[in-house]
Amino acid sequence: MKIVVPIKQVPEVSEVRMNEETGTLIRDGVPSIMNPFDELAVEAAIQLKEAHGGEVTIITMGPPQAKDVLLKALAMGGDRAVHLTDVAFAGADTWATAFTLSEYIRKMDFDLVICGKQAIDGDTAQVGPELAELLGVPQICYVRKIEISEDEKHITAHRETDEGYEVVKAKLPALLTATKGLNEPRLPNIMGIMKAKQKPFEEVNAETLGTELQLLGLDGSPTVVRKVYPPEKKKGGIIVDGEDTAAAVKQLVEFLTKKGAI
Amino acid sequence: MKFQYDRDTCNGCMLCPSVCNFGAIEKDGDKVKFDMNKCVYCGSCEEICPVDAIHIERRTFDKSKLLEYHNVWVFCETNQGRLRSVALELATEGRALADALGEKLVAVIIGHEIEHHADTLIHQGADKVIIVDDKMFADYTTDAYTIAMTSLIAPRKPSIVLFGATGNGRDLAPRVAARMGVGCTADCTGLEIDDERQLVQTRPAFGGNVIAEIITPARRPQISTVRPNVFKPSEPDTSRTGEVEKVDIKISPVQVRTRVLEKVSEVVEGMKSVEEADIIVCSGRGIKDPANLALPKQLADLLDAAVGGSRPIVDLGWLPPTQQVGQSGRTVCPKLYFALGISGQIQHLAGMSSSDLIVAINKDPEAPIFSSSDFGIVGDIFTILPELISEIKKVLDAR
Ligand SMILES: Cc1cc2nc3c(=O)[nH]c(=O)nc-3n(C[C@H](O)[C@H](O)[C@H](O)COP(=O)(O)OP(=O)(O)OC[C@H]3O[C@@H](n4cnc5c(N)ncnc54)[C@H](O)[C@@H]3O)c2cc1C
Ligand code: SF4
Ligand code: SF4
Repeated sequence: MKIVVPIKQVPEVSEVRMNEETGTLIRDGVPSIMNPFDELAVEAAIQLKEAHGGEVTIITMGPPQAKDVLLKALAMGGDRAVHLTDVAFAGADTWATAFTLSEYIRKMDFDLVICGKQAIDGDTAQVGPELAELLGVPQICYVRKIEISEDEKHITAHRETDEGYEVVKAKLPALLTATKGLNEPRLPNIMGIMKAKQKPFEEVNAETLGTELQLLGLDGSPTVVRKVYPPEKKKGGIIVDGEDTAAAVKQLVEFLTKKGAI
Repeated sequence: MKFQYDRDTCNGCMLCPSVCNFGAIEKDGDKVKFDMNKCVYCGSCEEICPVDAIHIERRTFDKSKLLEYHNVWVFCETNQGRLRSVALELATEGRALADALGEKLVAVIIGHEIEHHADTLIHQGADKVIIVDDKMFADYTTDAYTIAMTSLIAPRKPSIVLFGATGNGRDLAPRVAARMGVGCTADCTGLEIDDERQLVQTRPAFGGNVIAEIITPARRPQISTVRPNVFKPSEPDTSRTGEVEKVDIKISPVQVRTRVLEKVSEVVEGMKSVEEADIIVCSGRGIKDPANLALPKQLADLLDAAVGGSRPIVDLGWLPPTQQVGQSGRTVCPKLYFALGISGQIQHLAGMSSSDLIVAINKDPEAPIFSSSDFGIVGDIFTILPELISEIKKVLDAR
């Protein structure tokens, strides 16, 4: 099976702190990591390759430092990496991101594309469905379990829904997005890390991609981020000591009644 | 270069580094420098600079085409024939946007045997309801619904199309947007019409650490998904009348490339959905033992609330995954949220911080949940909850 896994480098969001004075995020010292949902996607691809043979291509669009996550995915067991990197790609929204990725992937021969459900920074969960559309393949989003048919032509997946899950079957090629519960991603071992550096690694810029500049990055993006600001901090939240249980509860019930909450 | 910084004009006021959320601006001598590998072109620095030393060159577009697009559409999702509650919220918010534009609100329902919902949506504010009813639409599939939505949109040219940010809504909206070559804004918590009659879409990102304002300057329709429970449905007006248009869309099975073999509900009998509840009673690690969940359940029953859990509780199997609140679970926005024995890690806050009222009970006075709560009690949930339950009972009985 030929599997493509698009991954994104993201800041470790749980370590991002707020600068109380300016209200902006402090990025200094916050590690950049592989998007956690993408680790599930990489692991799933490697497991499928182990069971069915084939090749796993890892691809990212991102600045030069995003090379680190590609190397990690190769160390986990990916076979080759593609780094789409160019200032022309900067400022891309999800459509332009999906388009840029599709410009490379559509020229490949692939059976399956596995994305993460959502990137923990942009938080949109849109690149997967948009990429599926641009590649002209069916999508199964929020996948917790994957089974490949014996003839390797169909996939059956458990897709998480608001009520539980549904079992969905599709013909390959298809695109999946991986969610929690799919697997436990492996940690790269020393051997893997050493081998990663020898694996094929391709860097692609706008020119080698051969796409009109107008369709890339900021210029190619239908949506425009006009402003980014900190959320309104809840101020003046009441905090009481529960030592005197009766008094604390009384105060809470009064508060809830006054707010019309109960 | 799309990003221009005029070092000579810059007066070194140092305002711009303080608004950049992406760590892209650093002090450089008495002026600043920019790391373009970190910049996301959000425009915040351009806006704040008092001397216009920063300029982001954006493509200009012919906007005359945009005038062909009118009306606000809301996609009203059904589930097994039942209208999801987000549909009423969308209709309410869509009504406000349509009024601001002086245009019509059109509600779209796709499914099987769903016609009877038309009145509900008209009462909720729709001027017109478009119904696509066929057994091919009984189960949600990306392909069938994308074909239906795009074939409705293309000839009718709405200027705005809103979807609920449910599992299916977030699967469908970007696919429809990509097919039409337009943008899509995810999981909005605020919508407004600006002076240029464009939709200003507000949404949290970075696990709720920042709020972004997003516009779609040059393409129509403007498509967004809207977080459930953010907008509260208005009182239905049963005297309202409206038009109903039935559209026949025939889809052949070969056009639908995925097949739903089985639907498995993990909703436990009698357990309310956290996404649709007005009140949520959510427990964290502090609950210690699955048997102790009886207490929060008692409180939930009393208030007709949903029972929720943080990730560790669900990972331990004490509550089904449908009840998990947080980044890797459900995003909720109830009127009242009880956080019981929850420390308030950022991943949890990302899923609930936009709740109207947050009540936290935790033994640890340093627990981060307290800085996000409206009312916090520092104490033991096992002594406070029983007391709280009996006090609330008294209040309710007195009514
Ligand atoms: C504050 C803020 C808000 C934004 N809001 C929107 C918005 O509402 N709509 C919009 O269109 N854009 C938005 N953007 C732009 C968007 O974040 C970027 O386009 C981003 O590159 C991709 O979106 P995401 O991070 O949400 O990824 P998601 O769509 O959540 O990612 C899903 C999966 O797609 C794959 N993927 C994502 N990015 C890449 C990549 N660069 N390379 C390879 N694979 C990738 C991964 O498998 C990932 O798990 C926003 C940007 C900011 C800074
Ligand atoms: S455009 Fe936004 S991300 Fe870029 S430097 Fe300015 S404030 Fe920072
Ligand atoms: S806000 Fe403008 S003038 Fe002030 S430091 Fe930044 S670029 Fe210079």
